[in-house]
Amino acid sequence: MEEIAMEDTHSHGHQIDPKVEYSAAKFGMWLFLGTEILLFGGLFAAYAIFRAKYAELFHEQHKELDVTLGAINTVVLIFSSLTMAMGVSAIQRGKRNLLSILLVITILCGIAFGVNKYFEYGAKFEHHLTPGTSIFFALYFMMTGLHMLHVFAGITILTVLLVLNLKGKFSANYNTPIEVGGLYWHLVDLIWIYLFPLLYLIS
Amino acid sequence: MANHTIAETLYVPYLDEKGILSWLLSTDHKRIGIMYLISISTSFLIAGISSLLMRLELIAPGKTIVDAHQYNVLFTFHGTVMVFFFIVPGLAASLGNFLIPLMIGARDVAFPKLNLGSYWLYLLGATILLISLLKPADTGWTFYTPYSIKTGTDVILLTTGIFILGMSSILTGLNFIVTIHKLRAPGMTWHRLNLFVWASYATAILQLLATPVVGITLLLLIMERVFGIGFFDPAKGGDPILFQNFFWFYSHPAVYIMILPAFGVISEIIPVFSRKPIFGYKAMAYSLLAIALISFLVWAHHMFVSGMSEVAATIFSFLTMLVAIPTAIKVFNWTATLYKGSIQLHSAMLYALSLIFLFTIGGLTGVFLGSLAVDVHLHDTYFVVAHMHYVMIGGTVMGFFGALHFWYPKMFGKMFNEKVAKVAWALIFIGFNVTFFPQFILGTLGMPRRYADYPPEFHSLHELSTIGSLILGIGVFIMTVNLLRGLTNGEKAPENPYNSVSLEWQVPSPPPHENFEKIPVVTDYPYVYGKKNTQEG
Repeated sequence: MEEIAMEDTHSHGHQIDPKVEYSAAKFGMWLFLGTEILLFGGLFAAYAIFRAKYAELFHEQHKELDVTLGAINTVVLIFSSLTMAMGVSAIQRGKRNLLSILLVITILCGIAFGVNKYFEYGAKFEHHLTPGTSIFFALYFMMTGLHMLHVFAGITILTVLLVLNLKGKFSANYNTPIEVGGLYWHLVDLIWIYLFPLLYLIS
Repeated sequence: MANHTIAETLYVPYLDEKGILSWLLSTDHKRIGIMYLISISTSFLIAGISSLLMRLELIAPGKTIVDAHQYNVLFTFHGTVMVFFFIVPGLAASLGNFLIPLMIGARDVAFPKLNLGSYWLYLLGATILLISLLKPADTGWTFYTPYSIKTGTDVILLTTGIFILGMSSILTGLNFIVTIHKLRAPGMTWHRLNLFVWASYATAILQLLATPVVGITLLLLIMERVFGIGFFDPAKGGDPILFQNFFWFYSHPAVYIMILPAFGVISEIIPVFSRKPIFGYKAMAYSLLAIALISFLVWAHHMFVSGMSEVAATIFSFLTMLVAIPTAIKVFNWTATLYKGSIQLHSAMLYALSLIFLFTIGGLTGVFLGSLAVDVHLHDTYFVVAHMHYVMIGGTVMGFFGALHFWYPKMFGKMFNEKVAKVAWALIFIGFNVTFFPQFILGTLGMPRRYADYPPEFHSLHELSTIGSLILGIGVFIMTVNLLRGLTNGEKAPENPYNSVSLEWQVPSPPPHENFEKIPVVTDYPYVYGKKNTQEG
């Protein structure tokens, strides 16, 4: 029993050391992003299998997709990742108002992406291209649909962060949620960067 | 260890605050652990009753108490509740929550609110399961396509519930990994961690890496039913075998999510009641990680007769054999720990010894099933049912019951009746073997699983199995009553009833909210019994 000595380490109270809290939050988010990639991983695996099996079908049906709208959305998302990164750097220098502006821009980009996607889906349904049409469209709707859910989740997170920032919660000393929220938004962006060529640009 | 005499006046046990909300809103890892414990035990008892009903149906050929459809519903309910509501969250969430922070010398997990959120997700999933019982599914717990797409029963609700449980499981695993990495007390190096913590760590890795895949699989199944997307429907160019691949890519590692915490539990119990250091600490720790790693490479051994190339089957068969190596290391090391120890047959120790014995049978019959030629004969027979239950009851449940008896004084600050506990153990041990050993024989004779009826020549073995299940049921009942009675009638538990050197026993029973008055400084690993024998280095 005496092997494990209990000594005073001068750490009282429940508060976790802020440095530990920061590294724990960041580590936790990276792990979470890993699970998100695995969630999409199932779809990527299905994509690989079915594309190998039905190469011609994929080639024929991808022509139905609107490359212009897809490209615009790609640019919109990449731009939003830039504004998000600028926001993180702004708050690290203590510029709270700049962060608010950049968060608003990022959120608007997310909404623009959603509106764009709404019209895209609408056009598909008008041409009777539904998830039940073929394996290709099943994949298209599953992958972009699941991604869209993540965009909504990202917008929600960023809105909460915006509200907290307007209340003055973040500063140069404390900005972990902004950084961690930013990581999530970058993942949403990154997944789209894979989806766009896989679905729209097959040749 | 006299340092909390000063603190005695301030000591408030974590159980003191009353009222249901003080539990449902608590972020204390110990309270969350106890809430999981109550939830999974309830699930276990309900699913256990459904299995007794199945055994009653099988007591004689022909219809006894339920018809074929009701029987399908019963085994689906038994399987889904046992797997997804009891054994997967099971030991990891309940014991993991209660013990990990205590063992590593932390005040709580890294993300206490997220931890409570995981529990709420579990409750939400359980609620959805209950609603789905209005039109209960009859697919078996594996939801194999194409039947799960065609059946008129409520597969969508049930799989939605399981999807939500998956989220809960992922978040719990994430929380534990971060906690173990970031919140260890000063001096608590990786090689001074309790083996239960190592087991929880390996389990958490599996939860993180495997669960998202079953999540997307169930989502695709739902979409198939709602929109007819056809991934698993050959008529639309899909592939039903793809579902099996996806499903087992999760569900095989999940088998180790179920068993690894139990390995961790008995690695704690055996040294204490042998008064010896655990034999081969590092081999024990790394074999846990090795099992976790290999478990990702063996999923297709569930599908040897589903149709796959001979080359693939041979590779998967070989990889399956690899699992036997780290598991055998564990069995040998537990046995070596017992060798020349001063063994005390406490009820927890009896369960631990049962695990070694029964899991070995379960593990070795797994090698039969992993062998290609033998598997073709035994696939989907009672041999598989018996093997699976020798691993899951003989392994996980024995570990779970052992843990309940071992940490009971710490969790509730009370002692249970040890004599009654031993009687219950004997009934459970005998009842289990009488139930499941005949099923090995039934399986080799050709009795297929999942049938509500059988030809008359199997009657006597089925009857024996049903009698065994009743003995098992009585044993579990006595054990439950004994543990519940201890809560109200039990004597007050001392701080460290077994003279354990592990950190969780150095705090009061039950522990205070913040666990430690002062964060401890750790100087050795937690198995220093008998002569000074440090494995550290």
